[in-house]
Amino acid sequence: MAEEEDKKMIEIYVMGRRYKVPEGLTIMTALEYAGYKYVRSCGCRGGFCGACSTVFRKEGDYKLMMDLACQTAAEDGMFLVQLPFVPAVRAEFEIDELNIEENDNVMLEHYPEIARCVSCNTCTKSCPQDIKVMDYVQASLRGDIDRAAKLSFDCIQCGLCSIRCPADIKHYHLAQLARRIKGRYIDPKSSELEKMVQELKEGKYDEELEKLCDMSEEELKKVYDERKFQKEG
Amino acid sequence: MSDGYPEYMRKSIEKVEATREKRASIDFERMKPEESQETLDNFHPDYRKEGKHELKVGPSKGELAPIELAELLESPSIIDPSEIDLSQVDYDVEILIVGGGGAGTVAALWAIKEGIDPKDILIATKLRHGDSNSMMAQGGIQAADKEVDSPVTHYLDAIGGGHYTNQPDLLKALTRDAPEIIKWHEKLGIMYDRDENGEFVELPGGGTSRYRLHSAGDYTGMELMRVLMDESRNKGVPVLEFAPAVELLTDEKGNVGGALLMNLETNEYYVVRAKSTIMATGGFGRLHVQSYPTSNHYGATADGLIMGYRVGIPLRDMDSVQYHPTGAAFPDQVIGLLVTEKVRSLGGQPVNADGELFVNPLEPRDVEAAAIIRECYGKEKGITTPTGMRGVWLDSPLIDFKEGEGTVAKRLPAMVRQYERFNIDMTKDPILVFPTLHYQNGGLVINADSSTPVDGLFAAGEVSGGVHGKNRLMGNSLLDFNVFGRRAGITAAKHARRSQKPSKLTLDHLSKYNKELKDAGIERKNPSPMLLPEYRGKRVLERHLDVQVTL
Repeated sequence: MAEEEDKKMIEIYVMGRRYKVPEGLTIMTALEYAGYKYVRSCGCRGGFCGACSTVFRKEGDYKLMMDLACQTAAEDGMFLVQLPFVPAVRAEFEIDELNIEENDNVMLEHYPEIARCVSCNTCTKSCPQDIKVMDYVQASLRGDIDRAAKLSFDCIQCGLCSIRCPADIKHYHLAQLARRIKGRYIDPKSSELEKMVQELKEGKYDEELEKLCDMSEEELKKVYDERKFQKEG
Repeated sequence: MSDGYPEYMRKSIEKVEATREKRASIDFERMKPEESQETLDNFHPDYRKEGKHELKVGPSKGELAPIELAELLESPSIIDPSEIDLSQVDYDVEILIVGGGGAGTVAALWAIKEGIDPKDILIATKLRHGDSNSMMAQGGIQAADKEVDSPVTHYLDAIGGGHYTNQPDLLKALTRDAPEIIKWHEKLGIMYDRDENGEFVELPGGGTSRYRLHSAGDYTGMELMRVLMDESRNKGVPVLEFAPAVELLTDEKGNVGGALLMNLETNEYYVVRAKSTIMATGGFGRLHVQSYPTSNHYGATADGLIMGYRVGIPLRDMDSVQYHPTGAAFPDQVIGLLVTEKVRSLGGQPVNADGELFVNPLEPRDVEAAAIIRECYGKEKGITTPTGMRGVWLDSPLIDFKEGEGTVAKRLPAMVRQYERFNIDMTKDPILVFPTLHYQNGGLVINADSSTPVDGLFAAGEVSGGVHGKNRLMGNSLLDFNVFGRRAGITAAKHARRSQKPSKLTLDHLSKYNKELKDAGIERKNPSPMLLPEYRGKRVLERHLDVQVTL
């Protein structure tokens, strides 16, 4: 790391207070440089967990923007605040008992508030993952669970959509339900897996595995080095 | 074209582009055993003796550990036993699970299947439920379920990759349970990538001789973790967030009987009494061993190793650390973040500054990492970034070149998004990579049923050792936390059913450990567990007033 004197400094505002930080940091590392030690609002630091939802505005702009602190470069003149928690309600369900064949209304039943969607698209605009949030809410309303699951697949459950929604929809929980239904009921199942599980039940590989467990390092090396690599999947 | 690269880097990219077509058909020969050993000896950080410290106290006295970990192990606890009143039990449960990542959540679900009432379980976790390395795993999960494959081949790949140091009974459990785990995932509704007939789309990983890697885009860990958490919520498992365990509690016989938690926001402590305690705290990437950047989540600070070691659980294979071959090396904001191995599984190649392919893209992780370090620091054929970081190119556009346009965007959406945020289009331009501290290969010693040598304590996931020996293969960690999380949940449930509540809770093991430290003449000043890493600016810390403000 170069000495900080060599670095160009920028100014950011953390909950209104001004700090000077070096250029080239993320919002998260800029706050740390300024002296904040995270307990909340910091998780994986890699864009996968949704802990670091950040609301910000740029100097001279009236618009509120939203993004992840760990995946966004800190810029001169940013006014920042982070969201530590989203108090969203979630519908409970028993995955084994969702009967989607006889009930095409599963989504609406669990999340009736989706009927209040006014198609304002604020959820989509708020999403740091660029997911078409409103489109999957609409797909859920139509009972198109497959589409809702696919559209929402990249959701990191940060909750920014739900915080902004004028209809109080809890999009990310709704999407989770859609994906589980697709994984469980809509996608066709693997017959190869079924066969292997059956073979294992019958103890097909037990003897060979035992043999490997008992092999000396020399014997293992020999078998290992003689492995043939599968060329194509 | 993306404009995220400075001009001089773009010149090097042109060389990569110039050789792309020719490289596309090269099947670079895998290293012979002698060459890979030599590359490891000379370039892998693990093989630098000065990075290790011989432990002076505890159950693994005499063994080597990274200095950064040894310093924490050979330190006193952050708590003073004389300040704690253990007679007031705040949570009285059958099973306490320390850690709310993959292993802990799986353990809870299987303990319930084994007959434990969800209300009698407590998951205590340092950050939020799900904040873990499990959430970040991108590439996939191994399970041998194809005609051409079997758990036997899976076993062989893993033990060779692990340099024959894996604990055989654990590896057998890992590979044999794998298909059943995927079956369980199907029932939970995990959205794996499948073809039109429902068969899984599987890829090879570094060191695997078969196409065995199941994935869900490059969000595999996230998809698993989302569903596991969702199911845990459906079942009503109580979770205490921002409440890490700071020490285990023992009974008069030295058996584990719960843990002491700390509320990270109020600093209040809570006493948990439990018949069974499962350690599932994950790994130690945030210790930044040998000053490497890390791909790990914020809470990966080795807490479970420290707590487990103090009650007497030996550690194994702590001398080996996994550096993932491809961490991001540019731009500065993403240094150390993971670039999934799946980029290479799909056909991407590591290429030097002159556009030359210098290693088979799918060597086991330690060999691949050592080869990249060799290219940068042995052969001086890396690319140096404006801030002095060295790296090699990972030719991601080659994937589209081989597999057709749109493949990268479709199969690696998380990676594409990460780079897009910083004006780099990895579907058109290669990305710069260098090894990053990724995984704790070793850990607490366990048996195949996830029990530890101390009664009442169980362990699963990255905190435990033996499954992967001294080098883990891609796709075996998601599998690990499922297989051993499940076994831990079942074993802990059985143990709870046949056990009485611990009569008296103590911290006697800490006094014993402190005495051992004193006798060994060790006086360290960094009490542990660490809980959270320190990233605040130097200037701020120098001016930091240690004052308690009371209202």
